[in-house]
Amino acid sequence: MALDRLTGENSVLFVRSEQLFDTARRNSLWYLLFGIACCAIEMMHAGGPRFDFDRFGIFHRGTPRQSDVMIVAGTVNKKMAHTVKRLYEQMPNPKWVIAMGACASTGGPFRMYPNVVLGVDQVVPVDVYVPGCPPRPEALQYGFMQLQEKIRSTSEERLAARRDRA
Amino acid sequence: MTADQVKRAADAIAAEGTLVAPKVPTGLRRVPGGVDALATEHLVVNMGPQHPSTHGVLHILLELDGEEIIAAEASLGYLHRGIEKLAEHRRYHQIGTLLDRADYVSGFHTEWAYSMAVERLAEIEVPARAEWIRALMSELNRIASHLLWLGTFGMDTGAMGPFLYIMRDREALLDIFETVSGARMMFNYVRPGGVVMDFPLQAEPLIRAFLDTWDGYLDEYHDLLTGNEIFRPRVKGIGVIPRSTAVAFGMTGACLRGSGLPWDLRKTRPYGPYAELDFEVPLGTTGDNWDRYMVRMEEMRWAARLARQLLDGLPEGDFTAKVPKVLRPPAGEVYAAVESPRGELGVHILSDGSDVPYRLRLRSPALFNLSVVDEVLPGSLIADAVVTVGSLDIVLGEIDR
Repeated sequence: MALDRLTGENSVLFVRSEQLFDTARRNSLWYLLFGIACCAIEMMHAGGPRFDFDRFGIFHRGTPRQSDVMIVAGTVNKKMAHTVKRLYEQMPNPKWVIAMGACASTGGPFRMYPNVVLGVDQVVPVDVYVPGCPPRPEALQYGFMQLQEKIRSTSEERLAARRDRA
Repeated sequence: MTADQVKRAADAIAAEGTLVAPKVPTGLRRVPGGVDALATEHLVVNMGPQHPSTHGVLHILLELDGEEIIAAEASLGYLHRGIEKLAEHRRYHQIGTLLDRADYVSGFHTEWAYSMAVERLAEIEVPARAEWIRALMSELNRIASHLLWLGTFGMDTGAMGPFLYIMRDREALLDIFETVSGARMMFNYVRPGGVVMDFPLQAEPLIRAFLDTWDGYLDEYHDLLTGNEIFRPRVKGIGVIPRSTAVAFGMTGACLRGSGLPWDLRKTRPYGPYAELDFEVPLGTTGDNWDRYMVRMEEMRWAARLARQLLDGLPEGDFTAKVPKVLRPPAGEVYAAVESPRGELGVHILSDGSDVPYRLRLRSPALFNLSVVDEVLPGSLIADAVVTVGSLDIVLGEIDR
């Protein structure tokens, strides 16, 4: 956020620290580089030069310890579910989860098969569902914008609740 | 491939002898003289299922002595989602949707293998135009698949740059796929009997524009990686798969040709229009990572030349045969295979005469190619394991199915 555009040159901006932190958080959503199945290819395209998520501060990290967002890109089966849960637990707070594609949302075309988890929300809490099989990178981009909106609105709700109490 | 070449290859395999035992070092202690305090212990490391270099959800158990790998074992099943079983409950026209998601990087090849099997079973005559469209899209898909491999292989060896470049070309290819089939990845375009809709007029200039720039782009990749002084020592002489091992493990595709065996289904058992086309099969010599890399790079060049031949010679006519809405092939058994970017991708169908297959099995080339890690990784360093696994070009969706 270009602060000087809001405040003018050499001026002061009064802001709640958590609002400032949330602004920083939603503009640097680092996701865990963790592709499970087909959707991972579209996730890689999203990081590629045409869609270039880097311009939103959305960049991949190889380890859960440095990530803010987990994109579950693919079918989660019962063997994989333990790993997904463990990776989610290894991520530091605050953290968010995007269920990318039909499989991660509901089980998708494989939901008839008993080995497949019917949506990753049975394993970890999901913030944004992106439909599609696989979703286009534009759809994932829209999902990220929804997540940014969610982060913004929750911090504002929290502040409003505190004002009401005061 | 001529009969002479086959005989020479067979002789070479016979000369190399049979499979050797895994190279497990016998002495566990590094320090001689019985200094127990300094003796080393073996460490078991789980590589994956979440690891940026395992290309999906592969899990390899590595037993290490220091930096050296003593034993390796691939653990599969993290993406098992029952594609073969679900196919037993789908009608013949609906199965393509599932098989697209098996090998999600080269959908046209999987669809083609399946359609070929159904056509042989139901004795459907496919129009020439349909076969040529299939081959054209398959060759473009081969470039797209190899490009994805090139980007990730670059990342495995520590080069981030090629990944960003290949995405530029892949986007151009995906635009072509979208124009032709309507989807970027899950095409479901090749159906039993032909293709689902005719080759659109607006696709031809797109393909020509891509092919015109392609050779220059491929040279650019050679500039980025092939001559790179950091890249070359990471791949040359590393991960050597002798020809006898490659054959014993049933490896196919670029991994087998990297070991020097000229086996390409497009040449050895020509299907579709490949008998009428003019192309060569690039070969390696020693079977190390470098050879597999060079074979794939050359395959991309030949795939583009094939695509140009196919586009120039695209025959007129119907794009699909007359196929009933509900296909009930006669009872029987059939196997059909195509040369996918990873190797021999086969579909085996057992029919009982009903509208669904009694059993459908996929012969997944990446599974056979991957099985060699138990044999090849022991003796190498842990950093080289990443490169060797990367050079096999695996797709877990197809391995686990």
